[in-house]
Amino acid sequence: MSDRDPGLTGAVRAPLPHDSAEAHVSGGALYADDLAEASDLLHLAFGQSPVAHGTIRAIDLSAVRAAPGVVAVFTAADIPGHNDVSPVAGDDRLFADGEVVCVGQALFVVAATSATAARRAARLATLDIKQRPAFVTIAQAREAGSLIEATQRMARGDADAALERAPHRLTGSLELGGQEHFYLEGQVALATPGEDGQVHILSSTQHPSEVQHLVAEMLEISHADVTVEVRRMGGGFGGKETQPALFAAAAALVAAKTGRPAKIRADRDDDMVMTGKRHDFLISYEVGFDDDGRIEGLRLDLASRCGATTDLSPAINDRAMFHTDNCYWLAAVEIVSHRLKTHTVSNTAFRGFGGPQGMVAIERVIDAVALHLGRDALAVRQVNLYGAGRNVTPYGMTVEDNVAPAIIAELAESGRYAERQVAVAAFNARHRVLKKGLALTPVKFGISFTTTHLNQAGALVHLYTDGSIQLNHGGTEMGQGLHTKVAQIVADVFAVPFDKVRITSTRTDKVPNTSATAASSGADLNGMAAYNAAQTIRERLIAFATRWRQVPEDTVRFAREGVWVGGDLVPFATLCRQAHIGRVSLSSTGYYATPGIEYDRAAHRGRPFYYFAYGAALAEVVIDTLTGEHRVLAVDILHDVGRSLNPAIDLGQIEGGFIQGMGWLTTEEVVYDDAGRLLSHAPSTYKIPTANDRPPRMDVRLWQPGRNVEPTIHRSKAVGEPPFMLAISVLSALTHAVAAARGEAGCPALDAPATPERILAALAR
Amino acid sequence: MSEVRFLLDDAVVELRDVDPTGTLLDLLRYRLRRIGTKEGCAEGDCGACTVLVGTLDDQDQVHWRAVNACILFLPMLDGKALLTVESLGKPGALHPAQRAMVDHHGSQCGFCTPGFVMSLYGRSIGACGTKGKSVGDVLAGNLCRCTGYGSILAAAEAIPAGERDDHATVVALTGLRRTETLSGRYADPLSGSIRHWHRPLSTDDLAELLTAHPDARLIAGATDVGLWVTKQHRVLETMIFVGDVADLATMNETDDGLRMGAGLRYVDAAEPLGRLHPDLGELVRRIGGPQVRNAGTIGGNIANGSPIGDTPPALIALGATLTLRCGDERRTLPLEDYFIAYGHQDRQPGEFVESLFVPRPTSTTRIAITKLSKRFDSDISAVLGAFAIDLDGDTVRSARLAFGGMAATPKRATNAEQALVGQPWSEATFEAAAMALHDDFKPLTDVRGSSGYRLTVAANLLRRMWLAGTGETVSVLELADV
Ligand SMILES: Cc1cc2nc3c(=O)[nH]c(=O)nc-3n(C[C@H](O)[C@H](O)[C@H](O)COP(=O)(O)OP(=O)(O)OC[C@H]3O[C@@H](n4cnc5c(N)ncnc54)[C@H](O)[C@@H]3O)c2cc1C
Ligand code: FES
Ligand code: FES
Repeated sequence: MSDRDPGLTGAVRAPLPHDSAEAHVSGGALYADDLAEASDLLHLAFGQSPVAHGTIRAIDLSAVRAAPGVVAVFTAADIPGHNDVSPVAGDDRLFADGEVVCVGQALFVVAATSATAARRAARLATLDIKQRPAFVTIAQAREAGSLIEATQRMARGDADAALERAPHRLTGSLELGGQEHFYLEGQVALATPGEDGQVHILSSTQHPSEVQHLVAEMLEISHADVTVEVRRMGGGFGGKETQPALFAAAAALVAAKTGRPAKIRADRDDDMVMTGKRHDFLISYEVGFDDDGRIEGLRLDLASRCGATTDLSPAINDRAMFHTDNCYWLAAVEIVSHRLKTHTVSNTAFRGFGGPQGMVAIERVIDAVALHLGRDALAVRQVNLYGAGRNVTPYGMTVEDNVAPAIIAELAESGRYAERQVAVAAFNARHRVLKKGLALTPVKFGISFTTTHLNQAGALVHLYTDGSIQLNHGGTEMGQGLHTKVAQIVADVFAVPFDKVRITSTRTDKVPNTSATAASSGADLNGMAAYNAAQTIRERLIAFATRWRQVPEDTVRFAREGVWVGGDLVPFATLCRQAHIGRVSLSSTGYYATPGIEYDRAAHRGRPFYYFAYGAALAEVVIDTLTGEHRVLAVDILHDVGRSLNPAIDLGQIEGGFIQGMGWLTTEEVVYDDAGRLLSHAPSTYKIPTANDRPPRMDVRLWQPGRNVEPTIHRSKAVGEPPFMLAISVLSALTHAVAAARGEAGCPALDAPATPERILAALAR
Repeated sequence: MSEVRFLLDDAVVELRDVDPTGTLLDLLRYRLRRIGTKEGCAEGDCGACTVLVGTLDDQDQVHWRAVNACILFLPMLDGKALLTVESLGKPGALHPAQRAMVDHHGSQCGFCTPGFVMSLYGRSIGACGTKGKSVGDVLAGNLCRCTGYGSILAAAEAIPAGERDDHATVVALTGLRRTETLSGRYADPLSGSIRHWHRPLSTDDLAELLTAHPDARLIAGATDVGLWVTKQHRVLETMIFVGDVADLATMNETDDGLRMGAGLRYVDAAEPLGRLHPDLGELVRRIGGPQVRNAGTIGGNIANGSPIGDTPPALIALGATLTLRCGDERRTLPLEDYFIAYGHQDRQPGEFVESLFVPRPTSTTRIAITKLSKRFDSDISAVLGAFAIDLDGDTVRSARLAFGGMAATPKRATNAEQALVGQPWSEATFEAAAMALHDDFKPLTDVRGSSGYRLTVAANLLRRMWLAGTGETVSVLELADV
């Protein structure tokens, strides 16, 4: 069983460094742009729409074609097959055809002898686009009834009646900004033509299979004619789940049309303009509660800017709804979710996938309740937690693994919550300009793709006759340490040292029909698939050894020092070689599909998640009431990763996720102008946290009792996304600091990101 | 002679037919195949392209500086030594800086990592601007989106400090020394034009060259001009690189004040400015990241005329004067008079900024300089307020209040100044000045802040100066850790 206690070799549960760490630090790790360039390589750049919405009357490309270095220019008319780079709905064009729907939309691609030549030429087109009215904001789209799909409703009980009955009632609203992924490596793809119309694509993608399928259909060739490969990405965070298809398709088209290799490497500004971001939300609520702050009825209205096309917005907004309960029992609740179609770049997956937005909503509701009653916010959180007899989510799933109360209690204790609240109040009494806030918020995050069929994975493991192991699986490495964890799992199966396992690029010709590496599911799915593959070979080896040495099966034992066969120690390599001579296959695929999940989307009912991941964070902040400047001073985190596969990697995910979430809620502001142009299109105007923004004291711990109640790989839990939402503690603490400065009851209307400007605005409201 | 020569790991690299605005990053990645140096932004903001550049001084000392290769033009490298991440170590034989990053799990996706390694290595050998600085400050120009930085900070603490043995570098650099202006021409296949460039070594030569080519573009640190090329794809026809004009980068500190050559880099100006007033030192700490401060110059910051440049308002408040030179002619004017309108400065063709004089504040002058931005490090000001108020006992004798981000140029708040002069140093006086600011400015709304916010905080900065005088803690940066 995969949940037997590993540890024979120390490979699993060991805090091993990332498998590429030495290559990273020495500059030898290869990313898609790092391969030696062929002498006939073409460099590409997109011509982009300057307007948000319009009808294309004419595009004159003569100046582009005549520009120095230009070899070819292609438009929608040159696409042999489908002009489509969308994940689900078929509505993302490779090149605009007839209509443009957002600023930055690709109109054509220039292929030239250098990147500079291509980029300069791309600006030379004469465009005749008849502008049409554009909806840029959520409010504009809502007013016009512009939606990407029907408004969704998830409800339980009679929220209206509960609100009527409740002793207290509050309404409020909150604007929650979007977020740019800012993976350090921008979008990039290199397409190389092969024989007989085939094409190989090196893509920085979380979803090689999707790129493969879209490129094949765009070129009107079979899936089998397209191979997509990715060794590693320089960061993904969801921004390379659907977005790379555009770039890969452009490169593939040029390669197919010219017979030359073609590379597109998006300039940072173009990347920020042309690719989707986290959805921004407008949230409003009406909550009814009792004297202790216990929520009796809740109505939530979530409206999100989906952008110009569908992309993954339905699932993202569903996940927002799924997480509006966070850790709390909502007896009577109605959640309404509007998915607005705007003339801005289509928003997309981003760590948490809508979950963070839903969770911010409920945490704000709780803060509002606490501040209204003048009660401690943690106490209000605790009275609302799921518990016995009140453990069913609004979508009808029973919470069977509720460890939130225990984690919260432990963190409140270890982080000295009560004592520090007193100190904060004393500080605030002493200071006129600076005010502090302290907040403890929990996280419960559902693990699984909510589109059930995506919860499957494959792997391919080869043993060679020298005892070395090559591992391949459908997951992609973007820095999260997935390859390291999966290699640890495989090394453990054979009790060999970690470095015996060679991890190779993810390729669609090795493991086909894969799901995106997303939804935090990478290790759960691929780890188990690789485990199954390795286990198959291990069983063959045991059977062979039994025959070979004529010993009982239970005398064959894999150990660190080698393989014990009936009391004899056989080196692992020897066993491999002998098995090969004995005509035993040393290669196997492995497959895994998550059991027990089902979901009825029409009714918003079912068990969409295999299990939940939990955590809690305690943040202390200080604000300057004259300038709105603020700092996060200290953070304590306790997070549940089940039984960790690799504590070093898990701690890295937790801290990195927290800081990224903190950036989302504080310094990172996505700004569009009225015409739908992105103003924050470069790191000069879009500010992710720097080293000095990391709280001076940060205490991150794994929750020691953690163990997945479900039989996941070695009882671990997914860790990619959940910690992102620990940063909601920062927004909550800022809210309390502003409230302290205002000195009156009630919750300040602090929007996010809580820039200095927004803090001042909240102080003045 | 028009080849550019530099050292890469102490071996001479010679480049002919140099594109004068070709970047070091592209050279490394696409011609020398040193692919460890990464492009994250091509605009100096992320540090993924960090390399170390060494310059030989008169005393045969090599000064290493971390800089961004993405906005470093090739002629700027002539006569210098270069180290990239590949210079340090390889898997199996890592340098201690690399080893520490592995041991502390300092890389996740690894894309930012080479840049961090170079900044950390620079710190370990005491490269320019790193001594006495916190790790956070040394890394302020390196962005990481994955780790949250904790592991990198831990790695930094574990890296032993050590002198670099520069013997071979000194010898090799000595061999590359030039005594004359280096000039080159480049037949640009893309623009179709012949582009000219010059790299003088003395101010006199610079003056002469600029008189001969009055339309030439001066390039100092290229932290502005670099982006014109990488982002706007501008083609510069004639260029004069002033980064190696030694006597343009001098400074002279006296009892009267500080004279700074226009070519003085931020990194070298930080300490003397900090001695004039600590707020000036703190201001320089927050300009760009170390890589930008290791390249960018005070002269460039003023000459570009930006309304959001950080040093102009501060220096205007302190009463700085600017000296411009054309040929052998010099003229000196109050710094504020240099900024005429947006994009328009008082500089004639053939003229360049030669130096700047900042008078030493007197003991009766109270000073407060504050930069406000969304992020503390490496961000452009939304508003910068710089106040120098001279007191006669408890009465305001004179006041110079200068702001950045409030108008089309760095500008004094004359109404607010008048509200202060002759009044007692009191809350009421500051309140009156704060109110008067509304008559001084009609700021713009842009990505960094709305008009209303800018006006509100500008006024609050005056209130803050008063409160700070009462002993109140006014900045979140002053709080000790909890
Ligand atoms: C990532 C990044 C962060 C930044 N952060 C800040 C910041 O926080 N605050 C801030 O104020 N600025 C910032 N800047 C802008 C820039 O660093 C400054 O404006 C810098 O001072 C420019 O100096 P330079 O030597 O690099 O100028 P260059 O780019 O070489 O030149 C700038 C302009 O000045 C002219 N020039 C240069 N020297 C002279 C001279 N002696 N006489 C006449 N003209 C001359 C040039 O012709 C050009 O027009 C930042 C830039 C980057 C890339
Ligand atoms: S690539 Fe970002 S600073 Fe050079
Ligand atoms: S490790 Fe990915 S950006 Fe730093």
